[in-house]
Amino acid sequence: MADIITWVTSPTFIAYATLIGVVFMALQISAAVMVYAERKVAAFMQQRVGPTLVGPKGLLQPVADIVKLFFKEELRPKAADALLFTMAPIISVTTAFLAFGPVPFGAATTFFGLLPEPMALMIADVNVAVLVIFAVASMGVYGIVLAGWASNSKYSLLGGLRSSAQMISYELAYGMSLATVVMFAGSMSLREIVDLQQGYWFGFIPKWYIFIQPIAFFVFACAGIAETNRAPFDFPEAEQELVAGYHTEYSSMRFAMFFMAEYINMVTVSAVAVNLFLGGWHGPFIPPEYGWIWFLIKLAFLLFCYLWLRWTLPRFRYDQLMSFGWKVLLPLATVNLLLTAAGVLYFGL
Amino acid sequence: MSIGHYLVLSGLLFSIGAAGVFLRRNLITLLLSVEIMLNAVNLAFVAFGRQLGTVDGQIITFFVMTVAAAEAAVGLALVIGLFRHRESLNPEAFTSLKW
Amino acid sequence: MLFYLFAGAAVAGALLVVSQRNPVYSVLALIGSFFGLSGLYVLLEAPFVAVVQIIIYAGAIMVLFLFVVMLLNVPREDAAEWDRAHPLYRPMAVRIGGVLALLLALELGWALSRTAGLGGGVADEHPAVSSVAELGRVLFTDYMFAFEVTSILIIVAMVGAVVLAKKEK
Repeated sequence: MADIITWVTSPTFIAYATLIGVVFMALQISAAVMVYAERKVAAFMQQRVGPTLVGPKGLLQPVADIVKLFFKEELRPKAADALLFTMAPIISVTTAFLAFGPVPFGAATTFFGLLPEPMALMIADVNVAVLVIFAVASMGVYGIVLAGWASNSKYSLLGGLRSSAQMISYELAYGMSLATVVMFAGSMSLREIVDLQQGYWFGFIPKWYIFIQPIAFFVFACAGIAETNRAPFDFPEAEQELVAGYHTEYSSMRFAMFFMAEYINMVTVSAVAVNLFLGGWHGPFIPPEYGWIWFLIKLAFLLFCYLWLRWTLPRFRYDQLMSFGWKVLLPLATVNLLLTAAGVLYFGL
Repeated sequence: MSIGHYLVLSGLLFSIGAAGVFLRRNLITLLLSVEIMLNAVNLAFVAFGRQLGTVDGQIITFFVMTVAAAEAAVGLALVIGLFRHRESLNPEAFTSLKW
Repeated sequence: MLFYLFAGAAVAGALLVVSQRNPVYSVLALIGSFFGLSGLYVLLEAPFVAVVQIIIYAGAIMVLFLFVVMLLNVPREDAAEWDRAHPLYRPMAVRIGGVLALLLALELGWALSRTAGLGGGVADEHPAVSSVAELGRVLFTDYMFAFEVTSILIIVAMVGAVVLAKKEK
């Protein structure tokens, strides 16, 4: 008993628990920030102003949204399966948060000498981190499938099935591009992949994988956007504007959970892309202890690209979407994998 | 945990799966019970692989998983075809070849 | 202790699969059982197998099952007529099966109590060699033939599933 108390009050444990708390709160706050950023960016791209009424420059808009969602009535259709109806948003949100576990966002730091030894800024330093992220992404399909089924309405079921079919189709290309990067780096641990991207060629081009593997980055970006059901791959969700989607019958906090899960999935996919292709937390002019600042800057840039794509490109029709995933993206990813394998074996890249 | 614990667990899962195959009257649950049996076998393989210190147990596990995936896919396609033919998923509805 | 937790999850999931009437609940219970098994693989120092189990079994095969269940709108299974009868009056097959299961359990208990010193723990025999690189090396050298045959098997299964599930024109 006594050594449990000493372990719980040791600086390492306190730092670790604080880190977990900070990441959890940061993900939730990022969902709220993304709500605001999406509306503002959409507005400026459409030459209007966006939310300006609530708070200075509309900054308190997400707070107003959350409060509104909190006070709405919780509906449940009578014929809906009670257990699955409640479980589906829980599964979505849980997998969204879990996926951020193995993602590192800063170099090993000692928090200004408070810790006896440096601690890596990540929640779980798994040495098969890439695979764990892929596994949790494939579990995220269940939230959508169960939501579509449990709502017991035609449109929800169709929307849910289409959305999950899209997600599992694009998981293949996602996995292939991950395999390409892993083959190139020789390790499945995200921290090691980021550490291999230090340094510069010719003094000013950073050694990021996006310059060596642009095709893999393109495939990863398309597959990631399709995985999170965002434009231009959001046909199952945009059915909501036309007819209905998998979260039709959900209201109030359950709908908020789906929404939050979608934004947190976006953040996770962008974070993984930053770590795999854009060099993670390495960057000039900032000492390595504060690398997370660079990480946040790159993450913000990728999230802005997400929003940019949504409000610029028209969405794919469902059959165009599926044929793009199977007939264009998957062969492209496979050929890229073969070429990388040949390169690594014969040229020792 | 000794190897005995893992083997008992594997045997237990296998017998639960076998009981499911014999007792259930729904084709899909039958296929699920077969998957439980395959998983029990996987567990035994990995436990023995760890006991002997080789990776062969895990390699065989991959092959078992792959074969299970292929078998589940074809089995489910057959179930779909059967359902279209007979509108029922009860194995006792497909006994026309029984004497 | 973790062993009992994961083993309990695996067994509970399996029991729920076999006993649930609603097929969707069966599939979800099996997914829970797979998570328990995945934890057991991590305890057996096979993290790659654990993650691959989640990706392939819980993430792909079970989604396939769930799709088929939803596509066919599988009804709840009706209970067999003998389910509500007293255990001694059930059909002969069930009675004999029950007796055999009891005998198996007794024999297992006897065998385990006789072999108390069965080679110690799993964790201290040999050092762990299960890095992914080692797995890949063995897979592509010693088991090369099985690997290639498995790829042909998957193609055949894929084509077969598509052909079998197509609608008749």
